[in-house]
Order: sequence, then C-alpha cells, then structure tokens
Amino acid sequence: MARSATRTAGRTTRPRRTARVSREELLKLYRMMLLIRRFEEKAGQMYGMGLIGGFCHLYIGQEAVVVGMQAAVEEGSSVVTSYRDHGHMLACGMEPRGVMAELTGRVGGYSKGKGGSMHMFSREKNFFGGHGIVAAQVPIGTGLAFAHKYRGETSVSLTYLGDGAVNQGQVYESFNMAALWQLPCIYIIENNKYGMGTSVNRAAAGGALAERGAAYGIPGTEVDGMDVIAVRDAGRKAIAHASSGKGPYILEMKTYRYRGHSMSDPAKYRTKDEVQRMRQEHDPIDNARQRLARAGVSDGDLKAIDREIRAVVTDAVDFAQSSPEPDPAELFTDILVQD
Amino acid sequence: MATQILMPALSPTMTEGTIVAWHRQPGDQVIPGDVIAEIETDKATMELEAVDEGVLGRILVPAGSENIAVNTPICLLLAEGEEETALEQPLPPVPASVTPARPEPAVMASVDAKREPGETRLQTVREALRDAMAEEMLADERVFVMGEEVAEYQGAYKVTQGLLQQFGDRRVIDTPITEHGFAGLGVGAAFGGLRPVVEFMTFNFAMQAMDHIINSAAKTLYMSGGQMGCPIVFRGPNGAAARVAAQHSQDYSSWYAHCPGLKVVAPWSGADAKGLLKSAIRDPNPVIVLENEVLYGRSFEVPVDPDFVVPIGKAHVVLPGSDVTITAFSIMVGKALEAADLLAADGIGAEVVNLRTLRPLDIDTVVASVRRTNRIVSVEEGWPACGIGAELAARVMEEAFDWLDAPVRRVTGADVPMPYAANLEQLALPGAEDIAAVAREVCYRS
Repeated sequence: MARSATRTAGRTTRPRRTARVSREELLKLYRMMLLIRRFEEKAGQMYGMGLIGGFCHLYIGQEAVVVGMQAAVEEGSSVVTSYRDHGHMLACGMEPRGVMAELTGRVGGYSKGKGGSMHMFSREKNFFGGHGIVAAQVPIGTGLAFAHKYRGETSVSLTYLGDGAVNQGQVYESFNMAALWQLPCIYIIENNKYGMGTSVNRAAAGGALAERGAAYGIPGTEVDGMDVIAVRDAGRKAIAHASSGKGPYILEMKTYRYRGHSMSDPAKYRTKDEVQRMRQEHDPIDNARQRLARAGVSDGDLKAIDREIRAVVTDAVDFAQSSPEPDPAELFTDILVQD
Repeated sequence: MATQILMPALSPTMTEGTIVAWHRQPGDQVIPGDVIAEIETDKATMELEAVDEGVLGRILVPAGSENIAVNTPICLLLAEGEEETALEQPLPPVPASVTPARPEPAVMASVDAKREPGETRLQTVREALRDAMAEEMLADERVFVMGEEVAEYQGAYKVTQGLLQQFGDRRVIDTPITEHGFAGLGVGAAFGGLRPVVEFMTFNFAMQAMDHIINSAAKTLYMSGGQMGCPIVFRGPNGAAARVAAQHSQDYSSWYAHCPGLKVVAPWSGADAKGLLKSAIRDPNPVIVLENEVLYGRSFEVPVDPDFVVPIGKAHVVLPGSDVTITAFSIMVGKALEAADLLAADGIGAEVVNLRTLRPLDIDTVVASVRRTNRIVSVEEGWPACGIGAELAARVMEEAFDWLDAPVRRVTGADVPMPYAANLEQLALPGAEDIAAVAREVCYRS
C-alpha cells in the first residue's frame, strides 16, 4: 500500500525481535491466536454449510491485535467492539462453545440464540458487545470508561473500532468528551486497510488514523498490528497513560484481514497477490511460531498445541450443533427486565 | 409623551414575570444598554436593558411584584426635552398580540393530585421533576444527571436547578452539544453499572441520538439473551412549545411508544411528573420521560413523601363520567378536563383518562372505561398517522368492539409541520372546543 509509505507523522512501533517476552507468555499468546484462527476457519466452513446465517465477519489475520491488547490489560477492564467480534470474545475468556452456539442460533449461545454473530455479551468477562452499527460502540466504550472513572477505579475501557468507523461523527463526539473529562479509554483502531470494499485511502482524508485525536490533544501511536508483542507493548504504554488519569489514548493497529468483509464479499477490490503476500510475510501466528521455535519449543510441542486447539474447536462445533434451537416461548422473553 | 417600557417576553413560553429589582430610580439618566431592572422568569433571572436614551420618569410596578403579565407597562421614560407633565397624560392602550395566548390557568385544578395519599404541597412541574431527581440521587449513588446546560446554567428550562450545588460536578455533568455522543456515552455508563439520567434540552434534538436510544439502549437486553440491560432515563421536554416552529415543536410520543425494549411515560400533573420520573430512575430498563415545556411552570399539589412513586404502566381516571371516555396524556389532559367542563354544561358526563404511560399502554383501564361509557375519543398533540390514537383505536376495536356505540374518534395535531404564525399554530393544536365537538358527535349530540 502506497499510503503507509507516505505516513511519517505517527510513530510506528516496529516488530522488535529482541522484545522481552517469556516462553510461557508467548506460548499463551500463540495458543489464543491459534484458537481464534481455527475457530474462525471453522465458522467460515459452517457458514458455507448453512449452519450459520446472516452476517458473519471473520477476524482471520487480525488475531495479534486483540490477543496482544488482552495481554496488556488488567483484570476488571471493559472491552467493547464492532460486529467483527468473535476473536474479542475468545480473547476475553468467553467459552468457544457459547460463542459457536450463538453463531448457529441455539439456546446454548451466549445470547440464547437471539443475538447472533454481531451481538454477544458477557458481563462476567466484562465484554460489552458486539455492536452492529458502525461506530456505535465508540460512545458506548467511552461511557464504560466514564463508569470506571466515576467509581474511582484504575481499570480502563478498551474500545475497538475499524478503519471504516473512523469517519463517523460520533467517534469525534466521543474523542471530545473523553479528552474533556480525561476518561480512561483506549481507542484501538484496527486498520485492516479496507472498510468493506473501500480502501482507507479512498475513504479517509488526512494523515495517519492514529492522529485523528490530535485536535483533542489525544496522543496516538501507529503499531504493527501483525506482531502480538508490539501490540502488547504499545497497549501497556497506552493503558498506563489512561489508568494514571491522563485521559484517552489512540492506538492505530496496522493489520489485515485475509477473508472478505463478510462471508458474502467477492473481494474484487484487492488482488489475490496482495492477500497472499500478507499471509506469507506478515502472518501473526507464523511470526509467533517462529519465535517459539527459536526459543526452543519443539515441532512436536507445537503440533500438540495445534491438535489440542482443533479438539477445542471441534467440541465447540459439536455443542453448537447439538444445542437445541430456543424454545418458541423465548420469542417474548428478555424484552424488559421484570422487576 | 413619555415612552412606556413594557414587561418583556424573554422566552417562547413566558407569559408573566417578576420584577426582582430596579437598578435605576426616577430622575436617573439612562442610555441604551443600561441595566434598568432585573426580571425573573420561570426559566432564569434576566437583566432588562434600556433601548432608548432618556430620564427614568416613573416606576409603575415596584420591585418584588410577581406574576406581571408580558406587555404590562412597568416604567415610563422621558425623552430629552420632555417635561415631567408628560407622565400625567393618559397611557395609550397596551398593544394586544394578534392572536391571544392560549388561555391556561396558572394553577390547574389538581383533581389528580388531591387523590394522592398523604401530605402534599403546591409545586410547579419543574420543581417536582427536580425533587424527583434529587431524591433518587440521594437514595442511589449510581444515579447521575448529564446533558446540555444541566449544571452551571441550572438547566435550560431550570429543571435541574440546584442539583450542581447539592451534588457537585461529579454527578451533575454539563455535556458539549453532542446528542449522539452523550446518549451513547450514557448507554455505555448504564452497561457499566451506573444509572444515568440523560437530559435532552428538548426531544427534537434526540433525533440525533435515535440510533443509541433504539439500537443500543432498547435492544441490548434482548440481543444479550437477558444478560445485560440498560437502566437509563432519557428525559426532556417533548411536544409543541410556543412559536418556535416546525423543528422545535413536535410530539415524539408515538415514535418511542412503537419500540419494544423501551418504557415511555408522559406526565401531566406535578404528581405525575415526580412519581413517574422516580419510577423511571428506579426502573432497570431504558425509560423515555416525555415532559412538556408549557407545563413546567404549572402548579399542582404534589406528595412530599420521598417514597411516593407513580407506577409505570398504569393509567389514571382523572375525572369519572358515564357518557364518553376521553383519553389524553401530557398537556392534553388539561385540555380534556376543560372539554369535560364544556360537555358538562351540555349534560354530557365525560370520563377523562390520563394515560400517564404510553408503553406499556394500560389498555385494561381504557377498556374498562369504554365498557362503562361505550364511546371513546383519543386526544394527542402529535400527528394522526400511526399515532397513539391510531393504536388505541385498534386496541379498543380488538378488545371492546361489542361495547362500542359509536366509532372510535381521534383528536390530534394537524397533519402538518408546526407553523410559526400564531393563528396557524393555534389551528394546528387540539383545543378544548375541538375535543368537546368530537365528544358531542360520538354522543350524537352535535
């Protein structure tokens, strides 16, 4: 992409081969990224088989972003994102079974089958959705940050948005209030280069998306979002800033989605070569696997992890297919909290 | 002849004011821009500045005088060269506006409030709403108020007066003019465990925030399979104000009442206002509280008990009658009561039902009334198409068809954007005569 070459304003955190990460931590991050990858591949397959309906937005290629951020954040912080949300839920510790069963519209799903791919929540894991309207999660995440501050907590709100969402007005309404009131909100822009089929340089005027908070005095950093350790380190810095009362922070994660915007995307707007090049040269999971190999993790151990993850996903699929559809009486429940 | 200085109209709905103080005395020279008096309206205390140059001749209304009608001469100004004898000449008649303001008694017959149990006191709707918020904020640390001008300005319509002083700026928060943003922020805060009361300066501006009210607040409980609700109150004045034209005068009742996942209330009296707002703040669901600017300054008897609430989802028979049921909500309850007086003169007994809640609609109370009267007229300020009356007509037909002796009729606002001209505006809004005329028709007495 010509665009990134012209961006000089932002600071980009390059992958650092010498980044300090223990073998155990890297294994944990690798395992989670692999779980998301395998889960999403399976979701894609099940969509093709007609077991998942409606819209289904896969996270394949972007795994390092949410996994790196979750490695940086303390317990009790909140997470909110858009409709490309399966990876976020798994990274927050939600059960693969419950997520997959929601995709199949079954009662065992997180929303009892009433939310679907784009609308899942877990109060227990502080995951606040799953929002289907582009950028609506941005003021919501700002409100979660408001609640953290109101209660005098040091925890923060991790508010994810895509490069397409950054052109919505409510993003700037949120930036303004977050900066005005010094809210502990980290805005994580997952720039996967395309808002549906429109590349960022055809949609967004001006410089780096990381600089979109400049008018409000919100610091921003461009990060290699294909490198889980670079993400973790940038996340730590941003979180330290926000939780110490200095207000919001913007992280622009340079990432890439390998699949279409949704399952019905013909992907005519980019070349196969471009996708192939990203997969071969920048894949976050390959990157982590190579690091693990260098750190002395054997091929056999890596294969064992792979088998283990496949088993977890197979179990989730079995559950999602055997869990019954919601009872017809569920149609009229959960409209209002009955007091 | 001396120039008369009249009591000015300082807001679209101001009909009277109080002279707090005179800053110039007879004999003082004044030049344009000099503050000559301080005037308190129901919304704010404002300074009255001189427009002409001259000498203050005589003060006609002393400081401390209350309820001075707009356009009343309050002092005389002598131009250069004018003798004091000019003050003795008879005053010219006060210019009347082309269309007189809609007659509204300052204190409504508090039929409704008198039935509330326990001790009451006379309060404006504005004060009743403020007390409701203050009481709930005292009772629950999670409750906070946010909106445009709610704190330092003391409320654009003075509804939040004193809350900043009582609770501080952590819990009474001025927002930028950013409806979409702060409505969404409120929803996020509610998800995060707080109890936001979000004020829209008027509901006209809530259209900017509609996505968050419907998609984020109303639907999340369902979309989360019952896991995560949104306990939030969106409140503010709704409906026609006075002479502010189409973009600032609209009744949104049916818009919100259409949507599952919301509760919608529309108080009329001070007791309604206080009791329903308190219920709304305590409710674990998103509640839309549709207030009315014209009612803010009206006084009613309001219960003082901090545990007094008006249950959401219950209508109230304000006036019993046996010949025709008239349903109304918000400001139209007053109009319906006036219509009932007109009908009583004709020997027709109207039963006035104050709906109070628009979602869930208390159809049982309405149907029970129709079974007694066999006739129903629905009154609302909003447009007729897909309105509250349209819904009531359908529900009454479904549930009380065999008891009807006449077609269900609607009295609504005209099906036009609100005009500015005073005469046209008056024609666009339902009045007591309109209601009485339709009621006579369904009683076959026209």
